[in-house]
Amino acid sequence: MLHNLSVGELAERLRSRELSSADLTRHFLGRIERLNPALNALITLTADAALAAAAAADRRLKDGEPGPLLGIPLIHKDIFCTDGVRTSCGSRMLDNFIAPYDATVVARLKAAGAVMLGKANMDEFAMGSSNETSYYGPVKNPWNTAKVPGGSSGGSAAAMAARLAAFTTGTDTGGSIRQPAALTGVTGVKPTYGRVSRYGMIAFASSLDQAGVFARTAADAAIVLKAIAGFDPMDSTSVDEPVPDYPAMLNAPLHGLKIGLLREFFDGLEPRNAALIHDSLKVYTSLGATTVEVSLPHLPLSVPTYYVVAPAECSSNLSRFDGVRFGYRCDQPKDLADLYKRSRGEGFGPEVKRRIMTGTYVLSAGYFDAYYLKAQKVRRLITEDFRAAFQQVDLVVGPTTPTPAFDIGAKIDDPVTMYLNDIYTIGANLAGLPGLSLPCGFVDGLPMGLQLIGPHFSEGRLLNAAHLYQQATEWHTHAPRGYE
Amino acid sequence: MMADWEVVIGLEIHAQLATRSKIFSGAATAYGAPPNTQASLVDLAYPGVLPVLNAEAVRMAVKFGVAIGATIARRSIFARKNYFYPDLPKGYQISQYELPVVSRGSLSVLLDDGTTKTIGVTRAHLEEDAGKSLHEGLANASGIDLNRAGTPLLEIVSEPDMRSAREAVAYMKKIHTLVRYLEICDGNMQEGSFRCDANVSVRPRGQEKFGTRAEIKNLNSFRFVEKAIQYEVARQVELIESGGKVVQETRLYDSDKDETRPMRSKEEANDYRYFPDPDLLPVEIDEAFIATVRATLPELPDEKAARFARDLGLSVYDAGVLCASRELGAYFEAVLASLGPTHASHGGPGMVTQGLREAGTAQRNGANAKLAANWVMGELSSALNRDNVEIGSSRVSPTALSGLLARIVDATISGKIAKDVFEAMWAEGQSADEIIEKRGLKQITDAGAIEGVIDAVIAANPKQLADYRAGKDKLFGFFVGQVQKATEGKANPAQLNDLLKAKLGGAA
Repeated sequence: MLHNLSVGELAERLRSRELSSADLTRHFLGRIERLNPALNALITLTADAALAAAAAADRRLKDGEPGPLLGIPLIHKDIFCTDGVRTSCGSRMLDNFIAPYDATVVARLKAAGAVMLGKANMDEFAMGSSNETSYYGPVKNPWNTAKVPGGSSGGSAAAMAARLAAFTTGTDTGGSIRQPAALTGVTGVKPTYGRVSRYGMIAFASSLDQAGVFARTAADAAIVLKAIAGFDPMDSTSVDEPVPDYPAMLNAPLHGLKIGLLREFFDGLEPRNAALIHDSLKVYTSLGATTVEVSLPHLPLSVPTYYVVAPAECSSNLSRFDGVRFGYRCDQPKDLADLYKRSRGEGFGPEVKRRIMTGTYVLSAGYFDAYYLKAQKVRRLITEDFRAAFQQVDLVVGPTTPTPAFDIGAKIDDPVTMYLNDIYTIGANLAGLPGLSLPCGFVDGLPMGLQLIGPHFSEGRLLNAAHLYQQATEWHTHAPRGYE
Repeated sequence: MMADWEVVIGLEIHAQLATRSKIFSGAATAYGAPPNTQASLVDLAYPGVLPVLNAEAVRMAVKFGVAIGATIARRSIFARKNYFYPDLPKGYQISQYELPVVSRGSLSVLLDDGTTKTIGVTRAHLEEDAGKSLHEGLANASGIDLNRAGTPLLEIVSEPDMRSAREAVAYMKKIHTLVRYLEICDGNMQEGSFRCDANVSVRPRGQEKFGTRAEIKNLNSFRFVEKAIQYEVARQVELIESGGKVVQETRLYDSDKDETRPMRSKEEANDYRYFPDPDLLPVEIDEAFIATVRATLPELPDEKAARFARDLGLSVYDAGVLCASRELGAYFEAVLASLGPTHASHGGPGMVTQGLREAGTAQRNGANAKLAANWVMGELSSALNRDNVEIGSSRVSPTALSGLLARIVDATISGKIAKDVFEAMWAEGQSADEIIEKRGLKQITDAGAIEGVIDAVIAANPKQLADYRAGKDKLFGFFVGQVQKATEGKANPAQLNDLLKAKLGGAA
């Protein structure tokens, strides 16, 4: 079936005119129509625009234009601004917001000829680990619709797992690509901070946010990452480093690769989950890699550190949603204070408000040093820990999440338990490192993820290691029942 | 009573930098466009947009720092100042907080008593301006104009070094002159390109500890700065002397009522929750960049004034006035350049030492310089003021003015007649020579002709002659007047003096 072909295979068929982008687009639109209602993975469908884009791609293909993504259908996380299309960020605040411009990620994929099918559901303003904080309702996990798909890019992950597009985009501030990738059994890449432009990506925590990709395979992710990565003069924090040819690096032998096993990631890890990770390591040793245990002593502090830094930044980033220029505005405000209070009070959901309150608190006079400054210091120590580890090893591995997907409703009323979901993923964000999650087995019929983290700008090496693992195993080929 | 109190003033001056585009977006900064037509998505703080620093704003800030001998931070940081207001689209202002680009500079100001005083500049930092709220002409609503949002500002914070409203004004004028010399700010106070907040406190004379200060916001003219501070000082002294206490607060100056009023007190003050802006990288500035900027510095006002005093023999006061604006100084120099050296003879080569010859040149230049200075500061400035014309569009060009002065120097006309010629030049746009010719104003320097008139005047006034010769010296003026009346003021005054003295004294 078309939806089980890789991006590379699809591109080949499009290039040979064996398949048209219009047919491929209709195929995915048909799947969305049929399968999305049970999942709630997409919140905006742009079928007409998609068919028009597909027709345009077909013309370019007919002219013999090459392009690895020309005519390939995708779904964007609804955090990316899309010109003329509602960009809600999963919030009532932006339920009526039609973005007047394209995010750089969107523009680059558009220029590459990729075809946007619609926008994916997400936790409100990317704040959540279960996709339950969305104004548009929770996303269901295709492996078991009673379970969460993870978050915040839960819609993108579920859509990928359900094969509703050839690939999807996401963003990762504390694990928002890797954690849902793990819980839905797909490959998710969070690049180095600064590798992909943040322009047009609605900010949650600016120093942590990074755009990335969901794909069925590392090879597909490599093609997409190559298209979206690179310096953008509109984002001062994007890095002016050449973009490597990731697809060309996929098959480099792993002989001599030194893999660090993160000791802190195994403390208290469920034995069945730990066993999957150890099995994965055996695959790597069989491919010629060596493994050694490494320690990041400050890593256990990453969750509290993150939950100071991220809310601090979000409390300021979300101040622009004030009911004055765009987005939700309360009815009949009495005065300015009423306009602010009610627009924000009614427009934001409880998790967003909780983080704004926390962030405002940690930045206030008298608390700034004890919280924000202290957190920045710990952040530096965690970064140093990683740097020291990468003196010994090429990349570090561990589980992506402590457990497989949990029940919808199980943790939503207990923020601290919910926050602990990100315990393994947050470190890479605090240190600005690239991370990747790939399927490595099942626990209770639910997929689990193996996480690889490398030094800055080592995406090529991570994708290479993931690709060769996927050549040696078949975990990534499993599809949820009903979505095969 | 006032004598027992010492006034302490510090100023925070906001100078709008003369960049073409905004500090963090590509939108234009021009003043006066229809509302919200110069606001990009970045200025409107749309979701997802990011700031990109305008390098030109940094260059201008460094230029200012170099000009006041300040420390230029090798690494400076932009921070967010968080507060809600409709004309602040992001809900925070991007400013510099802990690490400003410029710190610890100083400049000297000339005080009323002729002495100079050094005023410290604590820091100068880059920040973005907010938009404007418009409350007029809208029923039950306020309008927001975000054209100004994101306009680059240099906030120049002084040390609390000033001890009177006059000193504060002198300092502010000095900064105003400097930023215009550096061409980093147009200095237009009506349009708000240059404005200041004044921190004012009083303390018993001799006490070291500062009194509690009040901050007077948004003063946009030198006169308002002076009056607001004077009012505030009197208010604070009166308050303390009647047993009250000054509270730390922000006040507004009402120029109609000439008083300051509280705006918000410290208790109600915002907690701005400053933190480094994660969207912007630290600004890294190296020696080479500073050297490049330093090389673009023009001759600064103090240097120029010192040169005018030293090389042209102008008084410190005159030199200061001429250098108070770059345009005025340039006009003066153009007049002088075109006027050239006088015809005064000098000793031949070999007769004087090199040093003396230089002194001689300076003297000659000095005579013309003094003449040019008087005319530029006198007739020209009053005409410009009277007709509200900028010196750049003066109706009498520097060359034209020097043409007039040349006729004074070569004694074609007297200084008095020259004033009439100047007015005619101003009104009609003709050259001095054309007007002198047309109106027959050429001075009479022919001794014989002047003598003829003197003889006629003496003959017509025998009584006055007798009185003069009997010792009534004051009548000399009467005879001068009569002769000038007869010549329509064209007799060369010096010649007339000499000849008249001789004739009245009884010489043939």
